[in-house]
Amino acid sequence: MEHGAVTKDFLGLTFNMSNVLMITVSSVIVFLIAVLATRALSMRPGGMQNFLEWVVDFVKGIIGSTMDWHTGGRFLALGLTLIMYIFVANMLGLPFAVVVDHNLWWKSPTADPTITLTLAVMVVALSHYYGVRMKGFKEYGAEFFKPMKFLFPLKIIEEFANTLTLGLRLYGNIFAGEMLLALLAGLGTSGIFQGVFALLPMMVWQGFSIFVGAIQAFIFTMLTMVYLAHKVSHDH
Amino acid sequence: MQSLILGAATGGINTGDIAFQLVSFIILLVLLRKYAWGPLMGIMKERQSHINSEIDAAEQSRQEAKTYLETQVEELKKAREEAKAIIDNAKKQGEAQGEAIIKASRDEAERVKEAALAEIASEKEKAVATLRQEVAALSVKIASKVIAKELDENSQEKLINEYLKEVGESR
Repeated sequence: MEHGAVTKDFLGLTFNMSNVLMITVSSVIVFLIAVLATRALSMRPGGMQNFLEWVVDFVKGIIGSTMDWHTGGRFLALGLTLIMYIFVANMLGLPFAVVVDHNLWWKSPTADPTITLTLAVMVVALSHYYGVRMKGFKEYGAEFFKPMKFLFPLKIIEEFANTLTLGLRLYGNIFAGEMLLALLAGLGTSGIFQGVFALLPMMVWQGFSIFVGAIQAFIFTMLTMVYLAHKVSHDH
Repeated sequence: MQSLILGAATGGINTGDIAFQLVSFIILLVLLRKYAWGPLMGIMKERQSHINSEIDAAEQSRQEAKTYLETQVEELKKAREEAKAIIDNAKKQGEAQGEAIIKASRDEAERVKEAALAEIASEKEKAVATLRQEVAALSVKIASKVIAKELDENSQEKLINEYLKEVGESR
């Protein structure tokens, strides 16, 4: 379980090559799913188009439950990309993990806190950007002193807490899932008896991990929309 | 559990991962918006407007059908009334005609009967006149015969009987 990772320094930045690989794989899979599903669009949807339209309606529902559609419509593409990317990323680590020379190569990119916190910071930064853009700097700044002035420090802490919980919740769930899978796999490969014994919990935990991965993708998107709504809506 | 600690796997923060994740997510977002979400939203909006217009059209044709039905019912009612009027008229006319025919035939019969009666009467008159003429002629004949022959009583009698007989035979 104590796997290392191959790192490369490039342009003064440190790249974890496993993350680079898995981010690329996730992005390519999401892109292929979305683009292949929308190649043959028709007024009477079937198959993949139907599925994707269901996803669109689902995300529309998420946005609609947090803000009115007039302001929320612009976040639809963001929400769709987020939910599909995170879901695919969560699923990637489930069927197997690839370890080469004690270096973990194939895993969920979302099982790395760097990745999830990057997404979380991006979302929170976006919420601030849209807050300033849609309400003006004055009203945006005034939000930090509502409902009472002395709550300002708490409001600042809230922003960081939001970011941290958003990123670490996703990371924790996925990482824990992969960890237990790796433990079960290690147990299963240590002997025939253990293999038979580990098979059932392995299946159960994989099924549960699919559930957790889907739920976490939903929660991440939901909270993204909640934070955005909190920043862009006027009545608070 | 060394790797549980943030960035511990590499002994530092993977700044490259952050950059790579950000860039790849933004690229993915832009690409998907252009190649997937855009067309998909387009077709969904198109379908929505299509359904809207279809509903409008259906509503309109329903309204039209309703007005058509109303006029049809009105027309049917009118036609029925007309038919009834025509039938009534025809019945009345038929009755009148029948009565006229009956009256005409009755008059005709009366006329024929009267004509027949008149003819009978005139024939009778004619017959009486003829008889009268004949009787007169006969009387004259008899008288002239009586006068022409100076006869005794016996032969007179005989003669009269003869003539009477003659007359009776010739009749």
